[in-house]
Amino acid sequence: MTTLGAISRRILRRLVSSLPAILGVVVLTFLLMRVLPGDPAVFFASGPSAGQQEIEDLRRSMGLDKPIPVQLALYLRDVATGNLGKSMTTGQPVVTDMARRLPASLELTFTALFIALLVALPLGIVAALRPGSLVDHAVRFICTLGVCMPTFVSGLLLIYVFYYLLGWAPDPTGRIDIFSASPPDITGFLLVDFAITGDLQGWWAAFTQIILPACTMALFVLAPLARMTRASMLSVLGSDFIRTARSVGLPGSRVTVTYALRNALLPVLTIAGIVFSTMLGANVLVEKVFSWPGVASYTLDALVASDYAPVQGFVLLMAGIFVLVNLIVDILYGIADPRVSIE
Amino acid sequence: MTELLRIEDLRVAFSTRAGTVDALHGVSLSLEKGQTLGLVGESGSGKSVTAYAITRLLDRAGKITGGRILFRGTDVTRVPERDLRALRGAAMSMIFQNPRAALNPIRSVGDQIADAIRAHRDLSKKEARAQALDLLKAVLIRDPETRLDAYPHELSGGMCQRIMIAMAIACEPDLLIADEPTTGLDVTTQKTVMDLLARITADRGMAMVLITHDLGLAAQYCRDIVVMERGRIVESGETRALFSDPQHPYTRRLIAASPTPRSTVEDLARAAQEAGEVLPPIAATPRPAPEPGTPPLLEVRNLIKDYGAPTRAVDDVSFSIPRGGSLGLVGESGSGKSTLSRLICRLIDKTDGDVIFDGEAIGGIPARDFHRAPQRRDIQIVFQDPNDSLNPRFSAFDSIAHPLRTLEGLRDGATLKARVEEAAQRSGLPPELLTRFPHQLSGGQKARVGIARAIALRPRLLVLDEPTAALDVSVQAIILNLLDRLRREDGMAFLFVSHDLNVVRMMCERVVVLRLGKVVEEGSGHSLFANPQSAYTRELLAAIPHFDPAPVPVQA
Repeated sequence: MTTLGAISRRILRRLVSSLPAILGVVVLTFLLMRVLPGDPAVFFASGPSAGQQEIEDLRRSMGLDKPIPVQLALYLRDVATGNLGKSMTTGQPVVTDMARRLPASLELTFTALFIALLVALPLGIVAALRPGSLVDHAVRFICTLGVCMPTFVSGLLLIYVFYYLLGWAPDPTGRIDIFSASPPDITGFLLVDFAITGDLQGWWAAFTQIILPACTMALFVLAPLARMTRASMLSVLGSDFIRTARSVGLPGSRVTVTYALRNALLPVLTIAGIVFSTMLGANVLVEKVFSWPGVASYTLDALVASDYAPVQGFVLLMAGIFVLVNLIVDILYGIADPRVSIE
Repeated sequence: MTELLRIEDLRVAFSTRAGTVDALHGVSLSLEKGQTLGLVGESGSGKSVTAYAITRLLDRAGKITGGRILFRGTDVTRVPERDLRALRGAAMSMIFQNPRAALNPIRSVGDQIADAIRAHRDLSKKEARAQALDLLKAVLIRDPETRLDAYPHELSGGMCQRIMIAMAIACEPDLLIADEPTTGLDVTTQKTVMDLLARITADRGMAMVLITHDLGLAAQYCRDIVVMERGRIVESGETRALFSDPQHPYTRRLIAASPTPRSTVEDLARAAQEAGEVLPPIAATPRPAPEPGTPPLLEVRNLIKDYGAPTRAVDDVSFSIPRGGSLGLVGESGSGKSTLSRLICRLIDKTDGDVIFDGEAIGGIPARDFHRAPQRRDIQIVFQDPNDSLNPRFSAFDSIAHPLRTLEGLRDGATLKARVEEAAQRSGLPPELLTRFPHQLSGGQKARVGIARAIALRPRLLVLDEPTAALDVSVQAIILNLLDRLRREDGMAFLFVSHDLNVVRMMCERVVVLRLGKVVEEGSGHSLFANPQSAYTRELLAAIPHFDPAPVPVQA
C-alpha cells in the first residue's frame, strides 16, 4: 500500500515538475509561428484579388491585430481551458481534429514499435552472444540499411514490391479499404475495435493496411533498438554476476535470459521510450506516403497553409505525450529494477 | 588422504591485440580432500588465472594451451563445454572478489541461491526456497526469512559475500575456490567471513583454495602455501615452514614488504631497495622540529557533517596536526573517515564546527569557492584509486602540471617543465614516462603520478586517502617508503586515511580511531597499538590477520 502511495506521489511530482517545460514549449511555438514568414490572413482571404479591407477584417476576426503579448495571453487562457483554437483549413476545432486523427497515429506507432522490438531484441541478443561472428555482421548490415534508407524510400519500395509486383498488400491508402465498413468507434484503434466486435474480416483488412507503413517505420528504428540491445547485452554478459551464474552451473538458457537479458533490457526500455516519442512525431513522411490520416500529416498541411492553431496544438500534444511516455518508462524502470528507489 | 585435484604443467595463454601472451608457464600443484591451500602472489602472478582454468571460467580470450587438470581423476581440460555445467557448483565452486557485483542486482538473493540449488537438484521452487533459508542460516545471516527477499544492494558487502558463500556451498562441492574473497571488506568483516569459510569447509570436508595477495590471511587460514610469480610457482610448502624459512628471493621480498605488527618504515625501505628501487637523492636537509608553542598546522574543532541520515557522518570530531606531523585516521567503512578528509580538503561543506589551517579558519569558505583561497595550494590530496583519479586524456606530464597551471598560473615553458620534472623525480617517476598516458603506466607508476601531482605545489598538508589500497604489497612498500621520505625532507604534514592498521602504525605519529563518525580513541601510534584503551580498537586490532614470520635473514 505504501509503495502504491509512493508511486502515485512520484507520478504527481513528475507531472507537476514537467509543467514549466510544457509551458516553455507552448510559448516558444507560439512565438515561432508569429516569426515565420507568411500572413494567414492573406492566405485565407477569398482569393488573390481580395481587398485590403477584407484582409483587415479577417485579421481582426483572427485576433491578429492585437499586440503579440496580448495574443499570447489569450492563447494561454484558451489552452488552459482546453480550447486549442480552430483550424482554418478544416474549419473544425483543433481538439476535435486531433482526437479524430491521434488514434490513427498512435495505432501505427504502437504497431511499428511492437514489430521493431519483436525483430530488434532477438537480433541484438544473437549478435551479442556471438560478437564478431557472421550473424553479428549480418545484424549490423540490416541495421545500417534500415537507418540509412529514408522512410519514404523504404515505404515506396515496400509498396512497389508488395502491392505493385506481388499484389499481396491492399491499396496503400488510408487505414481501411474505402469499401469496407468502419467498426464502431470504441477506442479509435481499428485493430482493437474490430477485435472487440469480433469482426475478423474487418480486422484482417485493417491489419493488411497497417502492416506496410508499420514495417516501414519499424525498419527505421530497428537500428537504435538492436544496437542498444547488443551493446547492453555485451556489457551485462561480461559482468561479474554472469560469471557467478556460470560458476554455480546454471543452464545456459537461464544465464542468458534470467540473468543477462533481464538486466540488459533496462537501458533498452529507456531507448524504447525515446524511440516511441520520436516515431510519433517523425512519422509524417510515412503518413504522407501511405495517405495515413494521422496527426503528423494533418499538421504538415496546416503548417504549409500558415494555419497556426493546429501546429501549436500538435506541438503541445507531442510535448504532453513525451512527458507521459517518459513517466511510464520511469515507472516501468522502477518496477523492473529494484535499485531505483521509489521515492 | 586421497588426492582431489592435481594440476600438471598447466599452461594458459591469452590472445591480445599485441599477440598471444602466456599467463601461466607450466604450473603444477596438488590438493588433497579437505585441504586448505593458499595461492599467494601479486597482480599478474597468475593465481586467479589458475583458478579460472580449474573451473574453466577463463574469458573468451584465454585458452588452456597445455597440461592437465585432474579433478577426481578426470581431466577437466578435456571435458566438453556442455558437461562442465554438471561439474560447476556441484563438484567445484567459486567465491569472487567484490561480492556485490558478483550477485545479480535485480534478482532477490533467495531466488539466486534457489537457482544455484535447482541447477543441480530436481526440487520444486518451494523446496529450493526452504533449502536457501537453511543455507542463509548456515552462513549466519541474521533475520534470514526477510533476507531471502532482499536484493544485493540492500545488503552490506560482508552479507553479500555470505550470500555468495551460500550459493557456492549450496550443492556441497568438494572444492571451493575463493578468489580474494575479502578484498574491499573491513577487517572485522574479513575476519567473520574468513572464520565462517574456514568453519564451513572444515565441517563439510571441503577442500579450499584461497587466492589472496595478503600473506597474513593465507598464513592464518591455510595449511599449505603456493607462491606464484609471473605465471610460475616459485615456492610451495607447509605454511609455517615456508614463511619462517623462505627459499626463493621473491618469497623473501614479498614477506619483507608485507607489513607486520613489528615492521617499521626502515624495513620497507630495505624491501624497496631489494626490489631494485633507486631512490632519488635527498633534495633538502631534514628540518628541525618546530619551536614549542607554535600553533598546530591543522586544527579540527567539533566538526560535524550531517547528511540528514539518522546518524551523522562526522559527529563532533576534534584533533590537531602539528607542522610536519603525521596523523592516521582509521576506521571501518561508514566510520566517516573519507567524509572527514573531504571536509578538511574543503571539497564538501561542514554542518558545524570549524577547520583551522595555520591559524586561519577555513571551514567557513564554501567548498565551491575554496579553489580561489590561498590555502588550496597548501592542502593537497592523494586519492585512493590511482586508476580513476587520473584523467585518461592527460599525459603524466599534464596531470602533474595541472595544479601548477591552475593554481600557480604557470604557463608552458622552462619553469613549468622544471617543476614537473622535479616533482616526478622526487616521486621516483622516471622522466621518460612523463609523456605516457595513464593506460600506458602500471599501478605503481600511476600512484607516483598522483603523488607527484599532489607535491608539485609543495603543500604543507598532504591528505592521503588510502593511497596504497589498490597496490601490490611490494609496490605499497616502495610508495610508503617514498611518502615517508617526502615528509621528512619537506616537513610536510600528513593526514593518512587508511583501513590498514599496520600501515597507519608505521606511517603515523598519532592515530585517531573513528567509529560511526565519532572519535573512539586517540593516541600516539605506538601506545595505541601496544595498549589499546577502547574495546572497539581492541576488536579492530584482533581482526588483523596475524602475520608474524620469523625475522627474515638479510641477504648478504
